Amino acid sequence: MRILPTSIDTRSEEFRANLRAMETLERDLEVRRARARAGGGAPASRRHADRGKLPVRERLTHLLDPDTPFLELSALAGGGMYDDEAPGAGLVTGIGRVSGREVMVVANDATVKGGAYFPVTVKKHLRAQQIAFENRLPCVYLVDSGGAYLPMQAEVFPDREHFGRIFFNQGRLSAAGIPQIAVVLGSCTAGGAYVPAMADETIIVEGAGTIFLGGPPLVKAATGEDVPAEELGGADVHTRLSGVADYLARNEVEALQTTRTVVSTLHAVKPPAGDVTTPEDPRYDPGEIGGVVGADLRRQYDVREVIARLVDGSRFDEFKARYGPTLVTGFARLHGFLVGILANNGVLLPESALKATHFIQLCNLRGVPLVFLQNITGFMVGRDYERAGIAKHGAKMVHAVANAVVPRFSVIIGGSFGAGNYGMCGRAYDPRLLWMWPNGRISVMGGPQAASVLVTVKRDQQTRRGGGFTPEDEAAIRDPILARYDHEGSPWYATARLWDDGVITAAETRPALALGLSMAANAPLADPKFGVFRM
Amino acid sequence: MAAPIRRLLVANRGEIALRIIRACRELGIESVAVCSTADVRAPHVRAADRAVTIGPPHPRDSYLNAGAIIDAARGTGAGAIHPGYGFLSEDPDMAAACAGAGLVWVGPPADVIARLGSKIEARRLMRGAGVPIVPGETPADQTGVGLAAAAERVGYPLLLKASAGGGGRGMRTVRAPGRLRQAISEARREAESAFGNGTLYVERQLIRPRHVEVQIMADDTGRVVHLHERDCSIQRRHQKVVEESPAPGLTPAVRARLTAAAVSAARAAGYRNAGTVEFLVEGAGDAADIAFLEMNTRLQVEHPVTELVTGRDLVHAQLAVAGGGALPWSQDEIAVRGHAIECRVYAERPAEGFLPDAGTLLRYREPAGPGIRVDAGVVEGGVVSPAYDALLAKLVVHGETRGRALARARAALARYVVLGVRTNLGLLSRILGHPRVAAGPVDTGFLETTLDDLLAEGGEDPALALAAALAVDARLSPRAPEAGPSAPDAVRDPWSTLGGWRLA
Repeated sequence: MRILPTSIDTRSEEFRANLRAMETLERDLEVRRARARAGGGAPASRRHADRGKLPVRERLTHLLDPDTPFLELSALAGGGMYDDEAPGAGLVTGIGRVSGREVMVVANDATVKGGAYFPVTVKKHLRAQQIAFENRLPCVYLVDSGGAYLPMQAEVFPDREHFGRIFFNQGRLSAAGIPQIAVVLGSCTAGGAYVPAMADETIIVEGAGTIFLGGPPLVKAATGEDVPAEELGGADVHTRLSGVADYLARNEVEALQTTRTVVSTLHAVKPPAGDVTTPEDPRYDPGEIGGVVGADLRRQYDVREVIARLVDGSRFDEFKARYGPTLVTGFARLHGFLVGILANNGVLLPESALKATHFIQLCNLRGVPLVFLQNITGFMVGRDYERAGIAKHGAKMVHAVANAVVPRFSVIIGGSFGAGNYGMCGRAYDPRLLWMWPNGRISVMGGPQAASVLVTVKRDQQTRRGGGFTPEDEAAIRDPILARYDHEGSPWYATARLWDDGVITAAETRPALALGLSMAANAPLADPKFGVFRM
Repeated sequence: MAAPIRRLLVANRGEIALRIIRACRELGIESVAVCSTADVRAPHVRAADRAVTIGPPHPRDSYLNAGAIIDAARGTGAGAIHPGYGFLSEDPDMAAACAGAGLVWVGPPADVIARLGSKIEARRLMRGAGVPIVPGETPADQTGVGLAAAAERVGYPLLLKASAGGGGRGMRTVRAPGRLRQAISEARREAESAFGNGTLYVERQLIRPRHVEVQIMADDTGRVVHLHERDCSIQRRHQKVVEESPAPGLTPAVRARLTAAAVSAARAAGYRNAGTVEFLVEGAGDAADIAFLEMNTRLQVEHPVTELVTGRDLVHAQLAVAGGGALPWSQDEIAVRGHAIECRVYAERPAEGFLPDAGTLLRYREPAGPGIRVDAGVVEGGVVSPAYDALLAKLVVHGETRGRALARARAALARYVVLGVRTNLGLLSRILGHPRVAAGPVDTGFLETTLDDLLAEGGEDPALALAAALAVDARLSPRAPEAGPSAPDAVRDPWSTLGGWRLA
């Protein structure tokens, strides 16, 4: 494979300005992550510690293999929502290695409203289960939660993708041969009781873990009975009398050690890695990506400069380099894994869409995972392009993306607008993982474009009615639209709502993709099959 | 005028000899190894195009035997000699003898080595060039009275050093005047036995300084460039254990002062080829004080960290410059990318006073993967001889940030397998995992003050015992398969090579 050349001058003023702009965004990301990691804050953490409980991240340290990575998902979920009362959505999810096996970890953070489930907490939990399902990852639930957040029950309880779905998924995952393990480290009340009860195997901590359908106050109200929690549903009751839990641990550390042993007995072996070469760092510094990309989406740059800083040895075998140049396609190794990369280098034209379709078919038939680097304003519009069939060519690309059975990963490295989002494997297309960079933007179209469309529509309406249309009228329509798009198109707004699996920096992209590719190798591929391509 | 080198004799052994021979191969230069009778099957002998046995195992009779080495060069038609580090590398007589025999010496000229090798001369030179120095002197009156007077002028705490040597021998710390007499007699005894010269040098000891050194490179036209700095503060008894580049926590202003001083020092000395200017750095922020310590007139053990962060091959450059060529790079082509850390892997018993260990390497497996380089002088089945330095290999890692480099190094150390001799691998891992090291810069006293804790943490490792048992078992059982088809390939598996990576 050819080593990509670079024309980046790291001493140029432009590079430095770009890098500074990106670093400002990355510092913002760092601050937001730190805030999310702080959970419910110092007083809540103290109360948690006073009960002899470990902070959620310390629990992870005891669970995971020492000195191994943890690929945390959607760390900023819930940011800016519910008056900022649910940092990280009160739930830590991610992929880690336990006893040599890649697993999905779902851990309540009880310092956030007692680990209660806000609507976005449910969404985050379900997303983790979906990833576990697609990639055949055993699930470990570290349970410490009071269940649904009652004031918002209408948005948590009744619908298809609400609380009940968690247990539905546990049932389905278990049936699919994907082990479900629960560790009860705190309360599991009412609906929450079903997490350990539905699990294949459950570990419970003496004196801290409780499982019951109705807690002591409810029992008192219903039957007048006065029962202490431990006697109603503590570790002793459940491991000796009820059989709701299987292993009794004297403390959290022992519980997590037991969990490691349980994982070691799953007898679930990862399929042997196929064509994986010895990994190699890129020749060019991934730390330079910020200086290439910058924070201004209107600036054009060659996306190969980004690819060169992500892939092994900066080697890239470009496919159809001379055709449809607004989309770059080609093969590379990422941490030894062969991948097919699709990266935007301008607006999508009919040729670029055809090339994408061709390339996706290639990779799909060969079983090569796809990596989409999204920076797209959309498909080209205008008379000539409509006549050339841009809609049907775009549709072919969307068809190919929708039906590809190989693992797909998407990284929004710039704009993600309109149908470009669909063609480049946006959230609705179920990529195995989807990340956004802090400079990214996502909306149906750019704010200025949306504002100008709405202004035109309104002006035409007024003109038909014979009314006038002043610049003030225009501003009254345009400005709120601009403000709204600006707010809702930001990566922080997007990631808070789980439109992605997290905001990551350019430099974190390579390790994140490597871990994702390794994760995806746990599941066998379905047979490739496409629908009708409109010709 | 020198001509490009076509055949090079490498007057060294172990990892550095292999390192230089590898460079020869890359450049199409023929290599000649020399060895003692103990080393005839050593890896450096096998790697070279030709080899000459030059004497018995004791270094005095072989690797330090200048006459035998020059004869070997003549006999094999080698036009140049690379001394590596240690042995004869800083011996001006050897450099002069080479020149006398018409051989190219890959290093600075004899007079430069001599000038910089003398502490008095080097300090005079630096003072003249405006390079800041540590207060100190070699009193002409070497009696107890003369040394005491010098001590008063320099101030306490102070260091007594052998004027003729380095490497920590003949060196004593004196905290108060009452301890001076005894320290003088001890230092003098050591200096005499190690260097044959009991002249002592009195130097002020800085408080909690860091050891930061600057790599420089100069050619015959007098052009000098620096390749930025290395921090070697993690050391025990003045022996470096872990080195890194760039030095953490230095402000750009201090970094600029260090590199400028190093270049001035090299210019003042009329320097040629690769060299290192060592400084002590005291204090923090822009106001940190820097003081010239000494200049090493050779390639350093820790040169790979510089190679990893700058992407420049120092041995290639040494050979080009020694062959009369110009420096292959200009100053503004030399940038630092990411962070590199080197761990020196020794055959030694840290818990037993760092006693060197020797024996046969029953099993030896190096870690590999992205950003990992191992410069080793040993192979599985080889013998680690008590006659030579106990350095087995240097594990050097590169990462985008210091944090990632540390994580990578620890993950690599965990995968490093050495059975048959005791090593400091566990200690290295605990050093890198120490919260103070993770937090950033430490001073040169760090290792001495935390050593007891670090050693206590170690203890017997049951995993090691189990691994040893398995190795023995594998040797006894007939041809057991190496690994099952589903065993994870540690090199390719990012879960094994990324260390404790987090989205941070």
